[in-house]
Amino acid sequence: MTDLALAPAERLLPSGPGGNAGPGLDAHLDRHGDLRIPTRKDPAWRAGILWAVAASGLVGRGGAGFPAVAKWDSVAHRSRRPVVVVNAMEGEPASAKDRVLLACSPHLVLDGAYVAATAVGASEIVVCVADHSQPAAASIEAAIAERRRAGTAVVRASVQRPPGRYVTGEESALAGWLESRRALPALRTDKSVPVTIGRRPALVHNAETLSQLALIARHGPEWFRAMGTAEAPGSTLVTVTGAVRQPGVLEVELGTPLVDILARAGLDTELSAVLLGGYGGAWLDPSRLSTPYAPGPLTAAGGTQGVGVVIALPATSCGVAETARIVRYMAGESAGQCGPCVFGLPAIADDLEELWAGRAVRGVLERITTRAAAVDGRGACRHPDGASRVVRTALAVFAADAAAHAEGRPCGGHVAPTVLTLPGPTADRRVR
Amino acid sequence: MSTSRQIGVRVRVDPIACDAYGYCAELLPERVTLDEWGYPIVDGTPVDPHLVSLATRAAAVCPRRAVLLETVMVDR
Repeated sequence: MTDLALAPAERLLPSGPGGNAGPGLDAHLDRHGDLRIPTRKDPAWRAGILWAVAASGLVGRGGAGFPAVAKWDSVAHRSRRPVVVVNAMEGEPASAKDRVLLACSPHLVLDGAYVAATAVGASEIVVCVADHSQPAAASIEAAIAERRRAGTAVVRASVQRPPGRYVTGEESALAGWLESRRALPALRTDKSVPVTIGRRPALVHNAETLSQLALIARHGPEWFRAMGTAEAPGSTLVTVTGAVRQPGVLEVELGTPLVDILARAGLDTELSAVLLGGYGGAWLDPSRLSTPYAPGPLTAAGGTQGVGVVIALPATSCGVAETARIVRYMAGESAGQCGPCVFGLPAIADDLEELWAGRAVRGVLERITTRAAAVDGRGACRHPDGASRVVRTALAVFAADAAAHAEGRPCGGHVAPTVLTLPGPTADRRVR
Repeated sequence: MSTSRQIGVRVRVDPIACDAYGYCAELLPERVTLDEWGYPIVDGTPVDPHLVSLATRAAAVCPRRAVLLETVMVDR
């Protein structure tokens, strides 16, 4: 490995020289410079920013991986003015990138929201931060107030605190909560029709996506593309946890080998697997650690970038046990609307728990495979798809271990401390 | 033989509305089967012309109005 490959990208998080000046507006302007955003209609500016974002190839960082500009056309030029929703819900428990971003660089997120709002003619920005993420919410609230005092607020912005459940960050659920305090995903047959709040179209962007947008608006697409690969330009935030000495949020250049990212976080033990993307992500075999960290290569290797979660599972842990815990958690986080998710996820969790304990019935591995396939793509949102993928990849990556469990020989690994942290029982935390 | 573009019909299910009554699978087994919990697994390829009236009935009799028919252009 060259030193260059290990050099951290430092675009979003102020970890570089002068990076300790805090999250205030002065430090933000010192670090990133001024950003001109027109306060009245300016077709030339609008055309310029649309071109810049399209040319940058910026892909949304909220997990779905769609080009960021794809949503803009759907909300602009409608009879009612759109609302820009900053999605910092971060419902994925293993992810911390958005709350770190809001705490460290709130003005960068706000800049991106102002740019998006101006580009689509929005009259309002709503920043959504989960009810349990107090420091992130306080930081962005302070930044909004600072802009108001400085007279550089472009449109009205406010902070909302929806319940921090797994599915609340799904954009139709989020729009639903903002409209009627019901955070339930909706069936969307045509994704080119935007989600709405009241009768206003909503442009929902992940917080990191907007911070990237703020930099593209300043420096242009060529600067953005100077980092990353041709297919996956730029940098991205990754939350690295598990068997590493320095767990936390790192900014990495897209295309960096996964093993280098783990090395930066202080990997110092043998691994049995890496969980990528989040709890609705994918297990990756340790033999694939040289895979470049970018959507295409990760997917080709059987992984996923998801919301930028990387969890190192040490060789002493039991992948079957960890997967059982994940699926039980995912089952509890279902919005409870679609049958295959409501019945399928608990059934798979039951199977996995019996497997883990060495009490499984004959043919349990086949049944888990069948059930995981049966829930895939059968919900209004992608919640069951994520659970299905984590199960499918677990059976492939932990195949030998799972077979031993199925034959009544559970491994010793399940008594080792577990690496995956899960929020407490959520039965009493209501979705609606 | 030349093909022509015609309007076809394909079945979808709204999984939120669906409550596993199962009438759709009874009426249109060619496109709808049930999973182990009784919820429909739908084959989204356009239905054959002689099955269109059954697809329409499946949509009409669903107590939850969860069966959706979509028109698509198909080559015949």
